[in-house]
Amino acid sequence: MSVAVETVGLTKRYGDLVAVQELNLRLNTGEVFGMLGPNGSGKTTTILMLLGLTEPTAGTARVLGWDPTRQPLQVKRRVGYLPDSVGFYDELTAWENLRYTAALNGLPSTEANRRIGEVLERMGLQDVAHRKVGTFSRGMKQRLGLADVLLKQPQVAILDEPTLGLDPEAALEFLALIRSLKRDGLTVLLASHLLHQVQSVCDRVGLFHRGRMVLEGTVDELRERVLGGAYRIHVQARGAEVERALREVPGVVRVTRTDGDTYRVEARVDCRAEIARRVVASGELLALSVDRPGLDEVYARYFQQLEAESGGAA
Amino acid sequence: MSTQVAQSGAQAVARREGSPWTGLWAVVYKELADHLTGIRMQILETLMLLTAVGTVYAATQSIRQTIGEDPFLFLRLFTTAREPLPSFVGFLGFLIPLTAIALGFDAINGEYSRRTLSRVLSQPIYRDALILGKFLAGLATLAITLVALWVVVTGMGLFVLGLPPGGEEVARGLLFLVATLAYAGIWMGLSMLFSAIFRQPATSAMTAIAVWLLFAVFWDMLAALISQALRPTQYGGVAEELAQARLQLLLARFSPNTLYAETVIALLNPAVRSLGPVLITQLEGAVLGTPLPLGQSLLIVWPQFTALVAVVILLFAATYVLFQRQEVRA
Ligand SMILES: Nc1ncnc2c1ncn2[C@@H]1O[C@H](COP(=O)(O)OP(=O)(O)OP(=O)(O)O)[C@@H](O)[C@H]1O
Ligand SMILES: [Mg+2]
Repeated sequence: MSVAVETVGLTKRYGDLVAVQELNLRLNTGEVFGMLGPNGSGKTTTILMLLGLTEPTAGTARVLGWDPTRQPLQVKRRVGYLPDSVGFYDELTAWENLRYTAALNGLPSTEANRRIGEVLERMGLQDVAHRKVGTFSRGMKQRLGLADVLLKQPQVAILDEPTLGLDPEAALEFLALIRSLKRDGLTVLLASHLLHQVQSVCDRVGLFHRGRMVLEGTVDELRERVLGGAYRIHVQARGAEVERALREVPGVVRVTRTDGDTYRVEARVDCRAEIARRVVASGELLALSVDRPGLDEVYARYFQQLEAESGGAA
Repeated sequence: MSTQVAQSGAQAVARREGSPWTGLWAVVYKELADHLTGIRMQILETLMLLTAVGTVYAATQSIRQTIGEDPFLFLRLFTTAREPLPSFVGFLGFLIPLTAIALGFDAINGEYSRRTLSRVLSQPIYRDALILGKFLAGLATLAITLVALWVVVTGMGLFVLGLPPGGEEVARGLLFLVATLAYAGIWMGLSMLFSAIFRQPATSAMTAIAVWLLFAVFWDMLAALISQALRPTQYGGVAEELAQARLQLLLARFSPNTLYAETVIALLNPAVRSLGPVLITQLEGAVLGTPLPLGQSLLIVWPQFTALVAVVILLFAATYVLFQRQEVRA
């Protein structure tokens, strides 16, 4: 599998503040990678270094084999970037804005017009193509931003906070568009602090905290590693032996009694059938449901554990 | 210290691959189209056109009486004032800085405040192309405006006075155009520099206008005050007065307005033989003498003219360096 983006020891300092620290990132061609983390954790800074828009203090980056610091034009020819809170020239129409992007990319006029028509249609903006962008809603601007990214037919798309400021429905639509990029074979790097929103589109995620990537893997792997179990099963049952029975189910990592006769079971596999069988054998089963904890919880739990460990060590 | 910085900067430039001017023309075309279709420029251009027509028409009315006496009648169209109107160049010296400031004051901070900068710079161009493209587009807009004005003036000379300009007059008129462009370039360069320094377009516009007011209104007074303080005329001798006048002129020449005024006087008034203390205020109705050939007039204004161009280059270089060092994020 070929590598689209790779960084080794990438570091950025602003004075005393370390915005990105010793980042080793690796994106395979065709995957959707999510850089997730709270405000100020260094996501945007990383992206700017990958595009050659900010010089790294230390370390190296390679994007499609090019060095963004020395060969930014080569990188930017092949990489589309959707900045957080993307802006357009309000007094120009959507079409005119894209014409400028096409010209900056050196596209000849006929090719530019063809592609602009294509990307606007794909983003569902063909009816407003000749309206001034100043009249666009936030969601329309965001879709125009994605059209702007696709115009240069990039191999890699970097999207910073793509769902920020969108209503839930528009956000879902936008995530579907991102998924369609993956189908086209693009490598997608997206940064967001809305963990629950983007986890569904990412093949792999990296969790950022104060400039470091503290966890990295598929969402399932992270759930497993941090929460112990990737499934959370809620059981409501009566009977003295229920708790012991639950603990003995294969795959169960932890059982906690939340109140009265409800239990929370964390398990590595979806073992609802086995739980049902054993609870019925030892007591009375009232209800059974499963949910999969989101990345928010993984993230929160990870830092609880970290604090607990450092507290214990101190 | 500063050489170190310059060296590391030069290294950074040398290490980059690809032409720094990739995409330059795309930027120039976009900015030029913005300027020419923007309401801001259209208002100013209409204003300039009206002034040109008004002042030059007034000038033709005065000139009618002296037709036949003056070998450089055509040039008088530019410099003749008729109460209560000032001359065409007088008006231009006032409107050109305003127009130039309007062209540049939001060049860079406007891209930040519209949040377009990171999107534009993520296209395959260097910042060099963006900043130079904006500068060239501004200059081109000014040049187009000035040529249009010049054509209007010439046309009015032809139709109202039935006066075809001579070859030398055309040459002088065109040189005047070039000098005006350089003078305009200073104000555009200054407002672009402020647009890189200040985050708010309103701040950069106000600051540029403040600097212009300083030079247009207060600088000559300051020059007079300072020269009186430093070279007082205690005994009333000619030597003392001359020393004072020299100092005042020296100080006045730190103002682009003085440099421009001197250039224009010598170019549009072939009779001007030197730009000494006596002649500085004589933009209109200068002493009649034997006219100088064009080459001689050019020699007189060469220092002033090169100073104007040098200031433009200096202001652009400062803007360029500042912009290169700025973060993409606001
Ligand atoms: N130009 C700058 N000068 C100094 N510090 C900066 C600069 N730009 C960013 N930082 C700091 O670097 C850190 C990382 O910022 P960055 O924008 O990369 O975070 P982020 O993960 O993108 O956050 P957000 O979710 O808010 O977009 C922050 O602490 C920020 O204050
Ligand atoms: Mg960010």
